[in-house]
Amino acid sequence: MAFGTALEPMNAATAAELAGRALENAAAEFTCVVERHRPQIFRFLLASTRDVDLAETLTQECFLKAHRNWGSFRGDSSAMTWLMRIAINLQKDHWRNRRMQFWRQTQTNAVDLDEASEWLASGEGSAEKHLLAREQVERVWQSVKGLSERQRTVFLLRYVEEQELSEIAQATGLSEGTVKAHLSRALGRVRAELGGRR
Amino acid sequence: MSWMERLAGKPEKADGLGALAALHECEPGDLAVEEALKNFRLSVHAWSDAAYGRPRTAVQVVRHRSWRLAAGWALAGVLMAGGVSGGVYERHQKLEHAKIAAAARLAEQQRAVQEQQRLVREEQIQEEENLLAKVDSDVSRQVPSAMEPLAQLMDDQAK
Repeated sequence: MAFGTALEPMNAATAAELAGRALENAAAEFTCVVERHRPQIFRFLLASTRDVDLAETLTQECFLKAHRNWGSFRGDSSAMTWLMRIAINLQKDHWRNRRMQFWRQTQTNAVDLDEASEWLASGEGSAEKHLLAREQVERVWQSVKGLSERQRTVFLLRYVEEQELSEIAQATGLSEGTVKAHLSRALGRVRAELGGRR
Repeated sequence: MSWMERLAGKPEKADGLGALAALHECEPGDLAVEEALKNFRLSVHAWSDAAYGRPRTAVQVVRHRSWRLAAGWALAGVLMAGGVSGGVYERHQKLEHAKIAAAARLAEQQRAVQEQQRLVREEQIQEEENLLAKVDSDVSRQVPSAMEPLAQLMDDQAK
């Protein structure tokens, strides 16, 4: 009896210490996740919405939600895929819930396709090449604008984020076959846009 | 799977060859499409990098909050002042009513006293009048008999 009472406080202290360490580890893990994946999530949301402020807001919400549910993340997929899934759902919810009516009205916050096309990677050779690249980018934006929400998501994940089909399927909750079908349709539209005006 | 492995994920491709190679796999390749997609990807990356690195304007949010805070305090102040002044006004009104009621009661009492005094005075006057009337009647009844001899004398001298 005396043995048990002597050990019990020590066990409780150890358990508290272990719990504290686990919490510290979880916080450190999550900090790494934020530092590593935040730019990518922001980029995907920016490409989806063409609205910098909205993309920032949704990115914040995404990581807030991830932080709340970090304990339940089992690692079945990569952290990036898990985060992307949260971001896609947030984006969907954003356009669907009641507040969306307000956002729809202020959709003018999204930049024009011209403005979005102005951003080009530095290093283009001649002015002619630069102009050609800008025109191509504008046409791709034009075709992206005409895609359905799901097609756009799949297209951006594939050709901007360069994710594998399996990763896209996991992030979107679609089968690989469906992802391929969406990609094919999206590419067809891009091809038509580029070919039709060439 | 350790958390480091979970975090590691897939390294970002620098040249985008993976997706473009897949484009070849999915459908017959087209150089123009490939180039356009590459430019599109680089453009989005450039835009995102620029937007991600832009300075955040937190001042506006703070100002907005402070404005709300100030408005909240002002509203609370107005409500409090309204409540206090309402209470004071109500108390003042009660006091006024009490004063008026007291004055009315006093006036009523004074009126009653005056009425009583008037009744007493009237009663006294009445009593005095009655007394005088009695005296008058008594005197008027006695004088003629007392004056009888003088009247007869006056008559005799006239003859």
